Amino acid sequence: MRYRSILISAGFLFLFAVLGTGMVAYTYDTTAERIADNERRALLRKLNEVVDTDSYDNDIFTDVILVQSPLLGTRAPAPVYRARQNGWPVAAVLSPVAPDGYNGAIQLLVGINLEGTVTGVRVLRHQETPGLGDAIEAERSDWIRRFTGKSLNNPDLDGWKVRRDDGEFDQFTGATITPRAVVKAVRNALIYFKANRHQLFAQDPEQEQEQETPS
Amino acid sequence: MTSYPKLVRDGFWSNNVGLVQLLGLCPLLAVTGTFINGLGLGLATLLTLVASNTIISMIRTLVRPEVRIPVFVLVIASIVTVIELSMSAYFHELYSVLGIFIPLIVTNCAIIGRAEAFASKNTVGRAMVDGFSMGFGFLLVLVVLGGMREIIGAGTLFAQAHMMFGEAARTLTFVLIEDYSGFLLAVLPPGAFIGLGLLIAVKNLIDRRLERRSVRQAAPSTQIAHAS
Ligand SMILES: Cc1cc2nc3c(=O)[nH]c(=O)nc-3n(C[C@H](O)[C@H](O)[C@H](O)COP(=O)(O)O)c2cc1C
Repeated sequence: MRYRSILISAGFLFLFAVLGTGMVAYTYDTTAERIADNERRALLRKLNEVVDTDSYDNDIFTDVILVQSPLLGTRAPAPVYRARQNGWPVAAVLSPVAPDGYNGAIQLLVGINLEGTVTGVRVLRHQETPGLGDAIEAERSDWIRRFTGKSLNNPDLDGWKVRRDDGEFDQFTGATITPRAVVKAVRNALIYFKANRHQLFAQDPEQEQEQETPS
Repeated sequence: MTSYPKLVRDGFWSNNVGLVQLLGLCPLLAVTGTFINGLGLGLATLLTLVASNTIISMIRTLVRPEVRIPVFVLVIASIVTVIELSMSAYFHELYSVLGIFIPLIVTNCAIIGRAEAFASKNTVGRAMVDGFSMGFGFLLVLVVLGGMREIIGAGTLFAQAHMMFGEAARTLTFVLIEDYSGFLLAVLPPGAFIGLGLLIAVKNLIDRRLERRSVRQAAPSTQIAHAS
């Protein structure tokens, strides 16, 4: 008798597990494509903020390779998106990480043209303090736009610091740590680009692009 | 059996999830930095509560008492996952802001609390109304707290409304105080605790007033009764 009752309860639980999983699986199936599309579009929008859409004509989203370097601030392979015009390299978008933000890592997108000049920088993800460190977001202040046009010669390497450290870049009032981390990460990305420029454009694109796209 | 108006009054005010039951405080305190964030999480929680209350009430006679809690958890977890996926598909920007808090709805004890205390013992209609009132009461607390913290902390209201209502809503943002340098405490977690404390205090104050007034209104009639 006891066994019977246990079995019925277990069967019931099983039934609900199947129903619940079925419901989730169905929703996943119907939304997966749309979600992937959303993520793709969100990233593409960011990419187009750091390289001028008119300057290239290839599918920048799929012309991607994964690279690894301490200069990019992370041990994980970081994607490099390559912009080309008629097949000729125009610019590359690196994905460096500033590991030393106030509140952990800051993920960036840095567009650099063939001459090594920054075409744009945007923050992909960060956890800096709202109202202090979050002024690095393009929606909140113009600070991040001031990287555009800068290169390793302008200012020279010593100038790639915040003003407090005798550099050329402004810090925020009451928040120096965040801008310091971002300036350093952009500078390192430029150094990396300068040293690896030719390999970056020569490699074949990754066949299986990693689905874990930052959104 | 509780009447429908009482269910609504309980959820909105006298047994409010956020102000009286003090359930679901983790998401409540974490996301209410702005009005829109509060609204987003509030709507998701409201939807979850109505759906879970309805389904649980529908199956209440089938579920054996020994396995009811795991069944409730399964139902709630499935609903939340479905909502999370749908949000990522249809409100992607808002999802990228609230993303990490949506799975936390599963851990909002208010939801399993209503399932166990109410939905599993009441008819479907009643369970739906209860889910809606409780969810709406929670939403109200989220948006009031979010609005308060946004105004005091950043000097704006409805910032980033476009994440919910599309590009046209960008113009909705009110800049209440120009060149406001911000008040960090309101934005940071301590501001959430202080703000919630103030809201609870205000609610208790209003309750006290109402109580006193009803006593005073009742008083003259008793005097007359004495005199006669
Ligand atoms: C709660 C709190 C949050 C803070 N968040 C940040 C931040 O996100 N970014 C930042 O650079 N500094 C932040 N700071 C300030 C740093 O502690 C540090 O004081 C500041 O960056 C140094 O800049 P200053 O020398 O110009 O004051 C925060 C401080 C406090 C108390």
